[in-house]
Amino acid sequence: MTTIETSGKGRGPVGDTSSAGPRPVSPDVMAMRRRDQRRKWREIAIFTGPGLILFALFVVFPVASAARYSLYKWNGVKKFSDAEFIGFENYARALWGGNDPATRQAFKTAYTEPFWQAMSHNLLIIVASMAVQLPLALIIALVLNRKFPGRSIVRVIIFAPYVISEVIAGVMWFIIFDPNGIATQFMESIGLHAPSGGWFESQTWGIWTVFFIVTWKYLGLAIILFLAGLSGVPQELQEAAAIDGASWWQIQRRINIPLIGPTIRIWVFLSLIGSIQLFDMVWVLNRGGTQGQYSTIATFMMQYGYFRKDVGFGSAIAVIMFLISLIVAIAYMLTILRKDNDNAELARGN
Amino acid sequence: MTATLNDAPPQAPAEPTSTRSANSASRGKFDSSTLLAIFVGLVAIALTLGPILYLIVGGFRSQQNLATNPTGLPDPWMWANYADILKDSTFWRQSLNSLIVALGTTIGVVLFGTMAAYPLARYRFKGRELVYLVFVTGLMFPLTVAVLPLYFMIRSLGLTGSLWGLIVPQIAFALPITVIIMRPFLRAIPRELEEAAFVDGVTRVGFFWRVVLPLARPGMITVGVLAFIGSWNAYLLPLLLLTGPQTGMTLPLGVTAFQGQHASATTLIMAYTSLSMVPALIFFLLLERRIVDGLTGAVKG
Repeated sequence: MTTIETSGKGRGPVGDTSSAGPRPVSPDVMAMRRRDQRRKWREIAIFTGPGLILFALFVVFPVASAARYSLYKWNGVKKFSDAEFIGFENYARALWGGNDPATRQAFKTAYTEPFWQAMSHNLLIIVASMAVQLPLALIIALVLNRKFPGRSIVRVIIFAPYVISEVIAGVMWFIIFDPNGIATQFMESIGLHAPSGGWFESQTWGIWTVFFIVTWKYLGLAIILFLAGLSGVPQELQEAAAIDGASWWQIQRRINIPLIGPTIRIWVFLSLIGSIQLFDMVWVLNRGGTQGQYSTIATFMMQYGYFRKDVGFGSAIAVIMFLISLIVAIAYMLTILRKDNDNAELARGN
Repeated sequence: MTATLNDAPPQAPAEPTSTRSANSASRGKFDSSTLLAIFVGLVAIALTLGPILYLIVGGFRSQQNLATNPTGLPDPWMWANYADILKDSTFWRQSLNSLIVALGTTIGVVLFGTMAAYPLARYRFKGRELVYLVFVTGLMFPLTVAVLPLYFMIRSLGLTGSLWGLIVPQIAFALPITVIIMRPFLRAIPRELEEAAFVDGVTRVGFFWRVVLPLARPGMITVGVLAFIGSWNAYLLPLLLLTGPQTGMTLPLGVTAFQGQHASATTLIMAYTSLSMVPALIFFLLLERRIVDGLTGAVKG
């Protein structure tokens, strides 16, 4: 121990002298310590510096810029210094049609209604994910959580859609759900009628079709995550319960589901954040529909902020989206995930 | 987080024994719940692969065949769709662009992310947890929120249309998750190794290159694979930045551009989409274990 410390760069002698009783630290040692400190900070800067600079320049600064742009009327073409400062008018337009009574009615139609339409779609995706995807993935994972022939191949294939890009999934299903496509023909062949005007254009079915595609792409992730959680549940618990005469469903409900609670709660969190930010797939599917039948906050933001060159308004939408994500994330972490973390700390013996 | 990542290895060997005991406890080889599992597995495979196969096979159809008999096999099998795309350099250029961007992003993320995580894992200094917290909050900053200002920024740098304009922001946005995943890996490297290395006169920086990087390889592969997939599939940033000719686009953007251009030739779009899916699927099959472990590890952590 002492040998290592004495030959270790610069910090050895200090430890050594302490064993010889209290003695004033010599100026030599002080200088050494200072040099040591400087060296340490230099290394920290070399290692963490590049990452931190990249992060500040390309993540923090743009997000801060979005907050700044959101207070201006700017088309992104002329210089930003010539843009007109309009305070929170962009936010007001999105939320209730703006503060000027003369234009409020027109702005309500142009900004407020499509905004709330998009918001309602995100909300629907969130609720439907919890109500449909969660139980479905959980049941499939519980059923698949055993040894059976072909188990590993099933797991690989189930997970594959997660790796395919949203763009490809979107284009693929767009062709399948074409008004004259195979989905329509299949429905007709079993005597049902596809929505007139096509699946996506329908005011009722458009968003549900998108939800179906989202489910196709992301259900596998949920199943695989749950299966990974289930593999950590001690087998003895289930066997003991089975010996005591518990049914399959009782074992799942009393043992397996509670024990993978942390995994489920993390999935819920990922799903919430993903649903709020849903963009690629919806954009590929006709930019959220000809009348925004399945628009989301993100596609709404791009539509206005980029393609209609209303950068200030688009930035306001971006900030609103950011605040929603942030509030959801913090609230979820403080209430639900904190419990899991506390439990993990306990398990760690802290 | 440290605990969960450390827990992961012991779980794996526990699995085979537990499933074996479950099997011996069951009555026959195929009891009803095994049959149910097989059935559910088959349905899941059909629902997952069905649309993908429909797409790939659709690429072999003539437009007329798709309209009249979309459920049967193509008659005749038309190779021209795939052949035309593969003969055209656009598809290859887009694949190359995607590959360059994905590799550049991956290398940058792994390098800068591991470097940034190293002092956060192994040094004691004032403000360490604050720096870590900055990266953690970065998870809450989605690209979608930053994309408009990012676009103007890159435009003013004159980097629209350049692949660098994509790579650098993508690295920055992947850093938070990388730092979060890497820190426990770097922490787990034993102190004794460090001390022994210093005895031998290795500097901290030398220690990082010669000891830390090789030992942290599993973690680096995990974050690397996640970064690669994320970049390969990225759409939003390319949509804003690569507005030039189609040969300058990445594959996802190329697919939508192709779709817009050949709106009436559905089977040609099917072929193009299928082809652009192939690299991702191959990559996935090769690294399936890594991807799944990485994701479940990241989620547990």
